[in-house]
Amino acid sequence: MKSILLVVAVAALYILHQDIWFWRSSHLVLGFIPIGLFYHGLFSVAASLLMWLLVTFAWPSHLEREIEETKRREDEPA
Amino acid sequence: MIPAIVVFLYLATVLYIGIFAFRRSTGREKAEDYFLASRSLGPFVFLFSLFGTNMTAFAILGSSGHAFSNGIVTFGLMASSSGLVIPLTIFLIGTRVWALGKKYGFMTPVQMFRDRWECSHIGTAIFVVQAVLLVPYIIIGIMGGGTTLYAISNGTVPFWFGGAIVALVVMSYVFFGGMRGTAWVNTFQTVLFLCFGVMAIIVIGYGMGGFQTAAQGLKNSPLSWLLTRERISPYYFFSYTFIPLSAIAFPHILIFCLTAKKMNQFKKTVIFYPLCILGIWLPCVFLGVMANRVSDIPEIRQKQEARRVLATQGRTMEPEKRDELREQSGGDDVIMLLLHRYAPLWLAGLLGAGIMAAVMASDSQILALSTMFTEDVFAFYGGKRRFGEAVQVQTGRLFIILITLFAYAVALRAPETIFELAIQYAFSGYAALSPLLIGALFWKGSTKWGALAVTVWTAFAVVAVAVFQAVVPAPAPGPATVIWSLGGTEVLSRTPGGTAVFGFMPVVPMVLVSALLMFVVSMVTQKPARSTLAKYFGGGNQ
Repeated sequence: MKSILLVVAVAALYILHQDIWFWRSSHLVLGFIPIGLFYHGLFSVAASLLMWLLVTFAWPSHLEREIEETKRREDEPA
Repeated sequence: MIPAIVVFLYLATVLYIGIFAFRRSTGREKAEDYFLASRSLGPFVFLFSLFGTNMTAFAILGSSGHAFSNGIVTFGLMASSSGLVIPLTIFLIGTRVWALGKKYGFMTPVQMFRDRWECSHIGTAIFVVQAVLLVPYIIIGIMGGGTTLYAISNGTVPFWFGGAIVALVVMSYVFFGGMRGTAWVNTFQTVLFLCFGVMAIIVIGYGMGGFQTAAQGLKNSPLSWLLTRERISPYYFFSYTFIPLSAIAFPHILIFCLTAKKMNQFKKTVIFYPLCILGIWLPCVFLGVMANRVSDIPEIRQKQEARRVLATQGRTMEPEKRDELREQSGGDDVIMLLLHRYAPLWLAGLLGAGIMAAVMASDSQILALSTMFTEDVFAFYGGKRRFGEAVQVQTGRLFIILITLFAYAVALRAPETIFELAIQYAFSGYAALSPLLIGALFWKGSTKWGALAVTVWTAFAVVAVAVFQAVVPAPAPGPATVIWSLGGTEVLSRTPGGTAVFGFMPVVPMVLVSALLMFVVSMVTQKPARSTLAKYFGGGNQ
């Protein structure tokens, strides 16, 4: 379930990149940042949060364990 | 001349770091130490050097130049899509490649492919395509160095000399310091740029009389379209989300993934990567757009005039004249022009050094090419066995000299702007190679013949796009020239900036056909042995 939610979150963010709703707007946020630029700035922050979720809930720790096991087997006397 | 002197001092510092790394290396004649810093990089150096490796002249000069001509769309096209796709691929692919490197001692992607698919010469074919596609990236670095020094010295240091200095400095610290030197220099450069980038935006904003005034002025001018994306097709915008797939397929990024001491070091890189992109690209794009409001810099006015003539009279001009105007209107040096105009001399020098830092990221590509040549060709075909590891390292160093000289010679003749050159060849080509990694790491059923099909297709597609664009001249800004349509649908068009296939950039069909070829060809060809599959996927069943 956790994996499915994370895949959905990645797909959703990918779709949200295509922000056709701000395509023609030249509105200035805070009087100087174009809305399209502001949106994609926030998008970058959202991408960072998504990466935090992936690292926290889907970290491939089995890869590290495999390496440690291989190393231990190599270090063991024959 | 003061800014140029500061930049020269910076170059000397970078050179010293590289040579210092050489002295600190423990086993100077060991290939793994020279090419991978003994797989020992810590978390801080790993994050900043991996990020710095990906931030080239393309990110700084190319992005602001593209924003100057095309507006805010630049950030969405490359920066925010990269902020999602690149850390995702590092998370999914980079960690797995690191683990395989640690387990089986791989030093290059081709070593892994040869082992995974039980092939030899197909690996060599992949090496050739990777190497040919990497060279434009190195050229970008040298061109960026020449452009930066030319602009910062107000024309005193000519382009050819600036490019030569950058090439010489990069070559020297890569030659001496190997991966350790390159990683340390990249870390120093990234920190420098992130600090000075903030300073640049404050100083230039103040000099322009505040960004509010500039932005409002732009909104009320005929150039207000620069604040929107109304002149860009949504298909074109979507196409760009395929380009960042190239990052993980670039050998220098993949080789860099092998240098981490522990897998945990990927965590910070994956999380902070989008924020680092935001920190560097947002100021560059914003400043590039706002440069259009500057009226007291003659060079910028000339660029705008060239753009205006191109837009109004371009359709009736000879292609050569159009290309000339297109080059004149290019904005790769706008950031440097803004600094020169608005920053005090000493600060312009420091900021120029910061920009130089990003421009010089070609060091990793040069080292990666050298690593690939010595491991995938020299060692694979018996050189290491016959002459020993010390000769292998010396061969790598000789290769560094030769490839730098070659890239410099090409940089002097390359007519394209930095941005176009990067996108059209290196990025699209590597994006099309990304199914190799996905097939090797995630699909037991992939085969060496599938890999060969992907490689041959990528080479063919890159050459086809280059030939098409050389034969069919770019139209003036405005509607594309339709070359082939089917039932009223535009199949192949020549756009002012490149090529469109069904309205998408070539990278989209290139990646999709690559993935399809990997699937179809692998389905009908023989799989590797069960023992090989067990190494990569555990167990032995398909």
